[in-house]
Amino acid sequence: MQIFTCPFCGPRDEREFHFIAEAGKTRPDTLNQISDEDWAAYLHSHRNEKGHVREIWMHTTCGELFLLERDSVTMEVLGSTALREAGQ
Amino acid sequence: MTTRRLNSGGLIDRSKPISFWFDGKTYEGFEGDTLASALLANGVSIVGRSFKYHRPRGVWSAWVDEPNAIMNIRLNGKEQPNCLATTTYIEEGMAARSVNAFPTAKYDIKGGLDLFHRFLGAGFYYKTFIWPDWHLFEPAIRKMAGLGAVDREVLEDFQSAQNHAKCDVLVVGGGAAGLTAARAAAEAGKDVVLVDDQRVLGGSLYRCGATADIDPDEWVAAQKTAIENAGGRILTHTTAYGVYDHGLVALVQSQGFGRAPALWRMRAGQVIMATGALDRPITFAKNDLPGTMSLNAAGEYLARYGVMAANKPLVMRNNSHASATIENLRAAGSKVEEIDHVDGITNQGRKHTTGLRIGKDQIDADGVLVSGGLTPLVHLWRHAGGKLDWCETRQAFVPKPATDAMIAIGAANGTYDLAQAIEEAEAAGKGTPIDRPSTTYTTTLIDTKPHSKGRQWIDFQHDVTLKDIEVAARENYVSVEHLKRYTTLGMAFDQGKTSNMAGLTAMAALRGKPIPQVGTTTFRPPFVPVPLEIYHGAKTKQLWSPVKRLPLEDKHRDLDAAFCEYGGWLRPGWYGSGDRDATIQKEAKAARDTAGIFDGSTLGKIEVMGPDAEAFLNFVYYNTIKSLKPGGIRYGFMLTEGGIVYDDGVVTRVDQNRFIVSCSSSHVDGVRTHLEAWRQDGNDPDRIFVHDQTTAWATVTVTGPKARDVLSSLDTTIDLAPDAFPHMTFREGTMGAIPLRIARVSFSGDLSYEVSVPTGHAETLWNAITAAGKEQGVSPIGLEAMSILRAEKGFIIIGKDTDGETMPHDLGFTIPRAKKKAAFIGDRSLHTEKANADDRKVLVGLSVPDGEPPLATGAHAFTETPTRRSLGYVTSSYQSPNVGPIALAIIEAPHAKVGDTIKIWHKEEVREVTICDPCRFDSEGGRLHA
Ligand SMILES: [Zn+2]
Repeated sequence: MQIFTCPFCGPRDEREFHFIAEAGKTRPDTLNQISDEDWAAYLHSHRNEKGHVREIWMHTTCGELFLLERDSVTMEVLGSTALREAGQ
Repeated sequence: MTTRRLNSGGLIDRSKPISFWFDGKTYEGFEGDTLASALLANGVSIVGRSFKYHRPRGVWSAWVDEPNAIMNIRLNGKEQPNCLATTTYIEEGMAARSVNAFPTAKYDIKGGLDLFHRFLGAGFYYKTFIWPDWHLFEPAIRKMAGLGAVDREVLEDFQSAQNHAKCDVLVVGGGAAGLTAARAAAEAGKDVVLVDDQRVLGGSLYRCGATADIDPDEWVAAQKTAIENAGGRILTHTTAYGVYDHGLVALVQSQGFGRAPALWRMRAGQVIMATGALDRPITFAKNDLPGTMSLNAAGEYLARYGVMAANKPLVMRNNSHASATIENLRAAGSKVEEIDHVDGITNQGRKHTTGLRIGKDQIDADGVLVSGGLTPLVHLWRHAGGKLDWCETRQAFVPKPATDAMIAIGAANGTYDLAQAIEEAEAAGKGTPIDRPSTTYTTTLIDTKPHSKGRQWIDFQHDVTLKDIEVAARENYVSVEHLKRYTTLGMAFDQGKTSNMAGLTAMAALRGKPIPQVGTTTFRPPFVPVPLEIYHGAKTKQLWSPVKRLPLEDKHRDLDAAFCEYGGWLRPGWYGSGDRDATIQKEAKAARDTAGIFDGSTLGKIEVMGPDAEAFLNFVYYNTIKSLKPGGIRYGFMLTEGGIVYDDGVVTRVDQNRFIVSCSSSHVDGVRTHLEAWRQDGNDPDRIFVHDQTTAWATVTVTGPKARDVLSSLDTTIDLAPDAFPHMTFREGTMGAIPLRIARVSFSGDLSYEVSVPTGHAETLWNAITAAGKEQGVSPIGLEAMSILRAEKGFIIIGKDTDGETMPHDLGFTIPRAKKKAAFIGDRSLHTEKANADDRKVLVGLSVPDGEPPLATGAHAFTETPTRRSLGYVTSSYQSPNVGPIALAIIEAPHAKVGDTIKIWHKEEVREVTICDPCRFDSEGGRLHA
């Protein structure tokens, strides 16, 4: 059971958090032509890196999204940044 | 039967005798005895039968590593399976029964299985029972192979306390090292918790710690006092069984037999692992014969329980650590004879060892005590991801240097020498750890000789022999993980505590490789078996998944409502105690004939506000929201990015920058999270605000031809005239002094108003509407009747009439897909090959021939050509008092043309029905706009 730190509420049990997405993924502009491959990559392809990862999580009890940096091997939490500070 | 209890010594209380039963006979022990120590004291040698061959087995160990003495135990009407006799303290009247044995361990009618052992080798189950079907054999095998039976009666008051705690330092193990470390840490000002799984602290100190300087009783008492005086907490009877992420350690604290153990979720800044080491068995022919025991266990039985395991034992050992125990046994009067382990040694006897045969020589004895070297207990270390080193001197895996989070000390770290362990523990407790001291311990590897005669047991609990390891090696199951699964080595509930090292040693010898190159298996929690109950505690039924309750629940109860759970809410299904189906039919008919009053408080009311709210909702919804005028209401879908329909509902535009999203009752939390995620990711969160007001407003819906008449008699400021207040519009006003909102929307297809007031005024509104209803002959209706009304109109419920593949055009909502100019969630997914396929399942109605009953919900439509396959299924089906049997279904489009017939299969019965429009009532919508 991990402890994540919400930038607004402080350290809390992982059960209060909800994974949203890997950070850095941008929604294609759907008003333009997008190939099936590009759209499928947006929907389904994830980097799923080993080691240092950057992810967007929601702290469900306060509803805020933030950037969580952690190590996917050691489970060490490396930092939490409010989304607007992270500049998305 | 002679007693093996000594007149003095041990930690038991001889002034408190306790009577207990084993396999139908009564015995006596003392307070502080385990079942195993008390049975040994009474000279009981056979305590169980082995898992596969039903061979007689005796006590091997003195604590958690016991593979043989597994029992079903009954006390005060409560029975528990899978109890270890070595860790269960006796209580008055306790009745133990050996498992795997019928009728008793001594006389086992399945003992004859052993004669067929050559057919039950490694991979036996896999090889033999694959053809024709494993399931034919499974029941008989399970019955034969069980390790006890569960008694349902125990479950009622069996509830584990759930404790949450934290500390700076958690010391696991209350032996000399653990006590020393806990004391040092507590005296250095740390918040310390020490846990030990036994009744009495001290670990192996009683067995091997007595020296001129240390009296174990006094020394342990002094450490305990010092720890507690420095503010440390001590939990006995408590096992740390798992280490998880971020310093979480799971502790199971026994509450005595038959009572659910307590769970502690301990969050520790640092874990000091002082878990000690286990004694390894030695592999030789018939080494599973009762009377063959771990030497260290014999030392424990003497030191803790005053029981002499054997009066004239033969001892085989390969290590220096055994000397102290041998001395203690001799000092207590045991005539110990040491012999060397040589190839070809064979245990003698049938139900108890009578000695050993070495070549032609027979040496008589009443016990064989073996010590195959110490294995540090590194389970928790591995749970935490700690690495191991192979130590050639110790012939064991020892922890690599510590991390900040965890440090190993004492025998768990390979520091077997008492003085060194205390020094190491002191340093760890003070926070200034030292390197592992060099050891005085010596041992020699006992080379396992493959292909030798006789059956040599590796895993006592799962009946795995050296021959099985040879078979696995021959058939190339050489990786440790494969070896384990092929032979079931280490897969019994002792999880290989005694057998893993023996198995590794054998495989290493067979492959001619050093042990570290053969590797070791993964250690996973739990270290000891724990009941599933431990994770469950009071979280059951309502506490596990609490229902949401209506503000008007009392009012509904006054009307004798039948409450059911719908999407997490407790809501009236129908009213009155009459026949369920007849009542529902009556309510559904009355709602069409006059009107019905319905509690709609659960409908989502998520307010979306701000200057960018319009653009945001236009993006979130499939339908165009931009063109919606203030005071207007629009029905729409929210999609996932995959284009799948996620929710449906109406959006109300209260004013230019303020909307109310009325999502499905069961979907409010999900929709709120969905909106929040998109609001903050990709939008300026300062220009949009999402606020869930669902429970802040209570809603009473009045639906039916007389709905306006009912509401007209209410004292409100809102003009209900059809022209002033048309369908799909929204008005705000007051009822007396109470703020009031009315939405003219309809889930029934009739003239319908959703009337909302702040929740605190719910009763006032309900009383006013029901009183007005009474004058018009209008009564409340439950959710079941409403479900029929909506199905008559072909109105869907997301997740019931749709599935994980349904897109909006499958439901007939095609325009935004074709024409919407702005981007919206899921838009691109509506134009993939899959989305454009012409055999997508689409929503239809099904009509049954006159006089036939309704279809079964979930029944499949099918075709026989070219081969039999499903074309879709019935999603909703009801008997309607207004139009007869009705059904909605999703069916592949080529088979879903109105007027076609289609076959429906349910429980061997095939029915032919006709595809029709989903809407079966008032298809022109005249009543909706009345
Ligand atoms: Zn928060």
